[in-house]
Amino acid sequence: MSSETEKILTTDGIPLEVSLKKAERKNKIKAFLLVAPLLFFLLITYIFPIGDMLMRSVDDKMVTEMLPKTFKSMEKWDGNEMPPEEVFEAFYLDFQKLVEEKRDGKLSTQLNYTKNGFKSILKKLRRKAKNFEEGNYKDQIMAVHKRWADVEYWRAIKRRAPAFTSAKYLKGMDMYKNEEGEIVSVEEDRRIHRVLWLRTLEIAFFVTLLCFLMAYPIAHLLATLPMKYSNLLMICVLLPFWTSLLVRTASWMILLQQQGVVNDFFVMIGLVADDNRPEMMYNKTGTYVAMTQILLPFMVLPLYSVMKTISPSLMRAGKSLGGTPFVTFWKVYFPLTIPGIGAGCLLVFILAIGYYITPALVGGASGTLISNQIAFHMKSTLDWSFASAMGLMLLAGVLAIYWVYNKLVGIDNIKLG
Amino acid sequence: MSKNQEFVKFDKVDKSYDGKVLVVKDLNLDIAEGEFITMLGPSGSGKTTCLMMLAGFETPTNGEIFLDKNPISNIPPHKRGIGMVFQNYALFPHMTVYENLAFPLKVRKINKDEIDKKVDKALSMVSLSGFENRMPGQLSGGQQQRVAVARALVFDPQVVLMDEPLGALDKNLRESMQYEIKHIHESIGVTVVYVTHDQSEALTMSNRIAVFNDGKVQQLSSPDKLYEEPVNSFVAEFIGENNTFAGEVTNFQKDQCKVKLSNGSEIIANPISVSSNGDRTTVSLRPERALINTKNKMDNNFKGKIEEVIYHGDHTRVRIDLLGNKEFILKVPNSSANMDIKMGNEINVSWNSHDARALDPK
Repeated sequence: MSSETEKILTTDGIPLEVSLKKAERKNKIKAFLLVAPLLFFLLITYIFPIGDMLMRSVDDKMVTEMLPKTFKSMEKWDGNEMPPEEVFEAFYLDFQKLVEEKRDGKLSTQLNYTKNGFKSILKKLRRKAKNFEEGNYKDQIMAVHKRWADVEYWRAIKRRAPAFTSAKYLKGMDMYKNEEGEIVSVEEDRRIHRVLWLRTLEIAFFVTLLCFLMAYPIAHLLATLPMKYSNLLMICVLLPFWTSLLVRTASWMILLQQQGVVNDFFVMIGLVADDNRPEMMYNKTGTYVAMTQILLPFMVLPLYSVMKTISPSLMRAGKSLGGTPFVTFWKVYFPLTIPGIGAGCLLVFILAIGYYITPALVGGASGTLISNQIAFHMKSTLDWSFASAMGLMLLAGVLAIYWVYNKLVGIDNIKLG
Repeated sequence: MSKNQEFVKFDKVDKSYDGKVLVVKDLNLDIAEGEFITMLGPSGSGKTTCLMMLAGFETPTNGEIFLDKNPISNIPPHKRGIGMVFQNYALFPHMTVYENLAFPLKVRKINKDEIDKKVDKALSMVSLSGFENRMPGQLSGGQQQRVAVARALVFDPQVVLMDEPLGALDKNLRESMQYEIKHIHESIGVTVVYVTHDQSEALTMSNRIAVFNDGKVQQLSSPDKLYEEPVNSFVAEFIGENNTFAGEVTNFQKDQCKVKLSNGSEIIANPISVSSNGDRTTVSLRPERALINTKNKMDNNFKGKIEEVIYHGDHTRVRIDLLGNKEFILKVPNSSANMDIKMGNEINVSWNSHDARALDPK
């Protein structure tokens, strides 16, 4: 079509499109310069760290770099029988180099991750290797320890050849690659991560639900009350925002503990016996209560901003047309608040699955979430690549939820204010 | 079948929001079945409050409203069966035109075929057939307005209330919609209570107009009577244009009186709300009832000086300094006889005493 239509020229004879582009270029540059600092900031503080996290979580270069000759010579080895002499020679040379550089300890740690038993035989090899004669390294090494004559250990070394690994991700799902290279689950009593993932989703789901149930009437009240009351109520809703998260969580600890205010009250009104005070903290209950309270404003605000735009005459119209108050609410008001519900739920859910401080303080053993596990690996075990892998899994989960939400409700229907 | 003259009846209705100020004071109003009645008044005069009380969204503080002889104060809005058209249309933005119209029928549990038929009929009545699947947001203001009218009528209500429904439309569209609503009313014979602050709209459409001010009905009568024979200065001022003279009654007779103005001159007027010599009064005269340089015999004849001439095409507005009133307005038809109207000229102005109504003082 467009090729058939004649080119429109401006009064000066320049093609209109060219002229338009020229006129708009300046505006485009201006607009870009305005967002450039933020773009730069995001690049440094968001895109780059996430990329680094991704690299770290799959990075397995350490062993690859420590045994370059070995892995090169292993390329031809099929792994069924014992490797040929050249592999042993390459391994000996690599290992001697590491011993000289005093990096053999790291190698033994890494290989021990892959298969137990490497630590002691590598130590023994270091002692004996001083007296090795040139040539026929295969027999000499195999003589050091009987495990060196076991093909399984050589296969284990070969498994570390690739520079990238999915092992950390599998570990996050309580799975691993066994000796045959199949992906299998760990024994049932060692599956700690799956429980945490499920608990994280469960708590996030119920916290979102609780927030929604509580926020909806409040937001409605806020949107319909006269200004002077709604302002006061708004301050009450926003008050938690002005208080430090740590202080709020600590005050929940004071309230919820066994000798705390809430329990004292229950005993006073005779709801529970003094010697049978329920535990409301250091378990899921504490996590639910504290997280719901803390995340409530994130649900109220989007709901409020959407409800504020719904004209009260719509409800009146519904009623004047014969709808009972409930029918009018359900058919007219509720559908119009869905953008706010979507935004609020998505916001609360995403915040909840990554929540850290509150579950760490009031969650105890049964109320901690995956984020606490990530923090544990970052601070205590220093297994950063595993922490990165779990962080990325969390991110992938959030993106998946976002995708599902987009399919179900449509992301254009979100309204944050 | 004789029509019920008291189909809707406001009986001594008072309304106060805060317990201090009465928004509506002692309202007594009968509306006949099939009538098109307009509540006209400036904003804050209580007309919308009356409508809301009738619709059921406000409760009268005192008094009772009857619909077809039944008191309705305790009936919730959704059971009153009164259709309503709102100022901002209040179409449900998440429903199609069809769903909007089907809403009142669905809540009444009417079967699908019947709904389809009624929606079809209502849409063709407002000439919007074929728009069933549009969303309200895809319609122009005028089309939305028509959908709102169709929705208020689709369930055959006894009464339809319209709260300044044309306020958001531009002038041309507003005028054509006025006729359209009037025709719909004539063809289906539903009782319409219409609220507006636009007097020309009220004059064009209504059988009767209730002029509201200060929570009270100032005058309730047909459009022509309202314009020709306003009963007090507020109505005279509010409806149409108006020239006024403030003065004191000197020579009171049954069908004529003399009014002495502040500058000493006397005019002859028609006594409406004055009863004796010495009463303060405001004399009201429509601009088109005063003529210039006329050969007709009239009982009021005065000289005035032209202060301002504004050309309006078919007529010319002339502002004259007359008997101490510098804001005296005349409408002179555009004809070759009146070419000597120029600023500063002196002219003769005359009118019949019957048209100069001596009303209450302002």
